[in-house]
Amino acid sequence: MTLSRVLKMAALATALTGTAGLASANDYHIGVTVPSADHGWTAGLMWWAQQATDELSEKYPDVSFTVLSANSGTAQVSNVEDLMIRNLDALVILPYNPATLQSVISEAYEEGIYTVVVDRELETPAQDVFLAGDNPGLGEQAARYIADELGGEGNILVLEGPPIPINSQRVDAFNRVMGEYSGINILASQNTDWNPQQALSVTEDLLGSNPQVDAIWAGDDDVLVAALQAIEENDRDDIQLVVGGGGSQRVIEMIRDDHPLVKGTVTYPPNMIASAIALAVHGVKGERLGDMYHGIPSRVILAADLITADNVEEFYEPDATY
Amino acid sequence: MNQSQNTKPAAALVIQGLRKIPLNASILAPLVALILLFAVSSLASEYFLNARNISNVLRQVSYTGIIAIGMTFVIIAGGIDLSVGSMVALVGVIVLYVVNTISDPVQAVILAMLAAIMAGALFGLFNGLMVTRGRIAAFVVTLASMSIFRSLALYFTDAAEVSTRNPIFSNVGGGFFLSIPIPVWVFFGLAIVAHVLLFHTAYGRHVCAVGANPQVARYSGIRVERIVLSTFVIAGLCVGLSAIMLTSRLNSVSPSDAGYFYELDAIAAVVIGGTALSGGRGTVWGTVIGALILGIINNMLNLTGVSPYLQGLVKGAVILLAVLLQYKRTP
Repeated sequence: MTLSRVLKMAALATALTGTAGLASANDYHIGVTVPSADHGWTAGLMWWAQQATDELSEKYPDVSFTVLSANSGTAQVSNVEDLMIRNLDALVILPYNPATLQSVISEAYEEGIYTVVVDRELETPAQDVFLAGDNPGLGEQAARYIADELGGEGNILVLEGPPIPINSQRVDAFNRVMGEYSGINILASQNTDWNPQQALSVTEDLLGSNPQVDAIWAGDDDVLVAALQAIEENDRDDIQLVVGGGGSQRVIEMIRDDHPLVKGTVTYPPNMIASAIALAVHGVKGERLGDMYHGIPSRVILAADLITADNVEEFYEPDATY
Repeated sequence: MNQSQNTKPAAALVIQGLRKIPLNASILAPLVALILLFAVSSLASEYFLNARNISNVLRQVSYTGIIAIGMTFVIIAGGIDLSVGSMVALVGVIVLYVVNTISDPVQAVILAMLAAIMAGALFGLFNGLMVTRGRIAAFVVTLASMSIFRSLALYFTDAAEVSTRNPIFSNVGGGFFLSIPIPVWVFFGLAIVAHVLLFHTAYGRHVCAVGANPQVARYSGIRVERIVLSTFVIAGLCVGLSAIMLTSRLNSVSPSDAGYFYELDAIAAVVIGGTALSGGRGTVWGTVIGALILGIINNMLNLTGVSPYLQGLVKGAVILLAVLLQYKRTP
């Protein structure tokens, strides 16, 4: 009885390691670690990381990849430690939280591993390249768009993310732009943790206490979808416009299909990880980008693009998970 | 299988049939699983037996392993402590606060360590008092304190990560002694102390007796409340130690993230190690092996690059298998 159990376990273990053994040693080994898919945006991150590594390993046979995810900062520290064991040439990391990862990223960087830090900046720089989206730009673009659509007048609800620097950069920029419009009144600004369930209940509460709302800005597209549900369930016809942030395929489809309320969102693209991986491929080989006269830039900030019906086709990627 | 220990006539009745020889099936099964896993891992990845990898795995294991040792006492005494993960965050915040407040670096680190141990013990005492004096089920008490501790950690820091510029702090958890990481020394040292406490003292036998049957234990003169209370304090002390090791290794603490899901890892390690969740019996060595099994699985999955989506499945499956393996042997 026990022996068969032991055998079963051994079989399971061998089966697992068998599938993994396919990735063999190449000239360059690039390790990627991202936060695990705990909401839509991070799910998109993972999808794009795998998409990019599939495409790039086909295009560059001398490069191999290992993609890992972590459900906490400390788990990600272990990820980096484990990756470093495997003769790593480059590390692409979207740190779960920068201070927790600081020491281990520094260790990797000081060992001469080509390091690309994505999205969340370290306090003490320890990287070859920092690549991120434009958080203040996201807030600005959303604010300008809403103000223009409303003709510079109206009541607005803001659905914020968790109390982290990325969120405050977005919200501060949004408020700064809105400050230029005297007719715009921000009724409330509430934390939703970028979590759809929480966003649903927060929006319900806010709609209940604010009878006249013209527009809602959600700092994240999943939150936007939850807010829409609250609007529909409460039969609110005072709301004219709901604007998101991030650029999820679901919201892009709504814009594409002429949704009555959802007409615009601003990108903060999860495929930034794909660009970061591509940068690492060229960086680790010491190559230049295109006809540039310099090596890979040390800071790359991706633009925050406003998506409306006019340009929605450019951003439409039906297979992506975000 | 059962063995009576005729030390004290009063306690003998209780202890008879409860205490087992350390090396029975329930400890052998996890040991077999560990050896198997070790063998499979070394075949699966050429990097696994790399000295630096082994030292990494041991260090990764030690943070939850230290907590799992404390958890073993709580579970054997019939309780459970879900608050340990949040407690790591709160104690960690306190550690960083002390380190950053005191200007002399050496003094700061020593006082921070003392504060961590004291805070851990105090939070454990809080849990224990709620269970014994408040007469609330341990599951409910620690479910509540899990939420309270995390919330306090977030409140004190405004949810921001706290780091330190203290030059020697990171040498505590990030340092090495005889080329073995310090947290690993602490983990194994603690395991030995805990093992002696559990198996070679009257206190240890009382913990088992209380977990097996509190009524009988009470009638045989054991102060059940005091024993239960003490197990929560032990768990808190272990959390204090773990928080020191973790925050000093990372040179920072993230209040939202530190100790996240540690309670589940600790409970899993205890259960894989053959300690019954219903209480009454269990071993420290089992827990150590359980923690090592979990750590090696994590490491192997990372080294071999198994799909991140499937890693949770493998971990879950191995936990189930390890437990199936032992419960069939001890019906």
